[in-house]
Amino acid sequence: MSFFQLTGLRKTFGGLVAVNDLSFSIEAGSIVAMIGPNGAGKSTVFNLITGIYRPTSGSIDLEGRSLCRLRTDAITALGVARTFQNIRLFSFMSALDNVMTGRHAQMHANLVASLLHTPGQRAEERRAHERARELLRFVDLEPSSHEYARNLPYGHQRRLEIARALATDPKLLLLDEPAAGMNPREKDDLVALIERIRKSGVTIFLIEHDMRVVMNISERVTVLDHGEKIAEGPPEVVRNDERVIEAYLGRADGAA
Amino acid sequence: MQAGRYSTYALLALVLIFPLLDRNNSHIDFLVNAGAFILLALGLNIVVGFAGLLDLGYAAFFAIGSYSYAMLASAQFGLHVPFWVMLFFAASIAALFGILLGAPTLRLRGDYLAIVTLGFGEIVPQTFLNLGQWTNGPNGIGSLDRPSAPGLLLGAPDWKLHLFGLNDATPYYYVTLALIALGVLLASNLQNSRLGRAWMAIREDELAARHVGINTTVTKLSAFALGASFSGLAGVVYSAKLNLVSPDEFQFSVSILVLSMLVLGGMGNIWGVIVGSFLLSFVNGFLLPQSTNLAHAVGLNLDFTNYRFFLYGAILVGMMLFRPEGLIPSRQRRAELRVALADAGVAAQEQAEYEGPPRT
Repeated sequence: MSFFQLTGLRKTFGGLVAVNDLSFSIEAGSIVAMIGPNGAGKSTVFNLITGIYRPTSGSIDLEGRSLCRLRTDAITALGVARTFQNIRLFSFMSALDNVMTGRHAQMHANLVASLLHTPGQRAEERRAHERARELLRFVDLEPSSHEYARNLPYGHQRRLEIARALATDPKLLLLDEPAAGMNPREKDDLVALIERIRKSGVTIFLIEHDMRVVMNISERVTVLDHGEKIAEGPPEVVRNDERVIEAYLGRADGAA
Repeated sequence: MQAGRYSTYALLALVLIFPLLDRNNSHIDFLVNAGAFILLALGLNIVVGFAGLLDLGYAAFFAIGSYSYAMLASAQFGLHVPFWVMLFFAASIAALFGILLGAPTLRLRGDYLAIVTLGFGEIVPQTFLNLGQWTNGPNGIGSLDRPSAPGLLLGAPDWKLHLFGLNDATPYYYVTLALIALGVLLASNLQNSRLGRAWMAIREDELAARHVGINTTVTKLSAFALGASFSGLAGVVYSAKLNLVSPDEFQFSVSILVLSMLVLGGMGNIWGVIVGSFLLSFVNGFLLPQSTNLAHAVGLNLDFTNYRFFLYGAILVGMMLFRPEGLIPSRQRRAELRVALADAGVAAQEQAEYEGPPRT
């Protein structure tokens, strides 16, 4: 049994087949990338994993447990966190509060404790606060703790979103185009950050268009085109796969 | 800073001893009503200010709290549940209805939510009006039980100490004050808690909130329930003092009045909400009647209370134009609104540039 497994995953919207019979697995502790042309269905796969969409058929399993019928918040609690292609931070909350909100599922204060600020609730808040600071330090954002998320520079917002996702104590972290809009220097920092996250024991599954980033960090690459897997393997193999080149560049004989 | 602290203490002291300084019962009576509205505003602030769920039917919960007291603590059914028990009980009943009325609106946001809550706000008083056999329809329920102080605790020979006279609002003043203090404490505790952050997160981005493990159903329902429970408390105090409930006290205009209090004071900020609420109550319950008396005294046949809604409207328009974040805004709201206005300004400018210079 693999750590994370997609089996025969299919999603249709009316007549449109967004994801078709997609199967692959991810080993614990690895970094896996999913690439493919625009509209290939990559983000749909993420939305299926986190419970935004229900699969038409097929299954999604994390550590042998099916995620298919669960609500998004329950999936997060089981250990799947994500970032978004177009950053979705809580704009008018401080960086620190964004990360503390990420602790939600790991905190247990009930209504009465929240109303009365019981000693247990206070201790839990303090722990969450410390953990949030730790994570901000981890992504090099500690000096910006009290800035509104919205006022941070773009690259910092991306890192803050990663910190918020890490606050949920994920086993599997889904990154949706983490390098989008970054300059080369920021990309290098990002690659280093992703490596550090993996070292801390989190498995990483990312969608990325930037080939330098993908080839640099991923152990395996899955290529999606028109909702179907057309190639899979180590980056250097996938890079030279004819079907992949064809999907990206069109056919050599000019028919495309 | 120091001066600010001392003036706060002075203000608190004044509030505490006010009934001793001013023996005019109608003034105290007015302050109790104002206090009940502060409780309402604190409750609505949880729903609208914290969780960002625009509720236009909040008066429904005020009605439910008031009618709970009227039915369970009067000769209506011969049930005479003590006032102090009813405070807790009415808050729970209102909270329960908060959940019942909140549940169908969970998938709705913004305008749609507002319209559905508006409907509930109309349905509830209509129901009380038409359940004549239980509520006496348009006549309402009168002769409600008056609270009795826990005599034994105060050194009296008997449990039932009749401090609460019909023509003395002072005991109600202190009860209301205590409830407001409790309300402020609970609301600010909530704001700085796991639940408070979850409300804020939902207000900012519901989808992202789900992805950090927030159960949006439970979180929204708890906002509706807690917000409603405050109005249960307000309903009990208000109707016990008035000694009467009738369906026309809970019209749409009450929901709008409470919402205006939030807008005036500053949505999301507990102190702002209290100030806004007191100011509107003051205008409504004191300034307008007094100026009408004054006008009559000098021989003018003017009734300023008829201009109440004109004035609310003017205040709302004025606030939106000059200080949309309210008198004492929450830091967050101010930032949000400034950005929204700036964006609107940029959009308007781009539009103007696109259309070219104005034709003359």
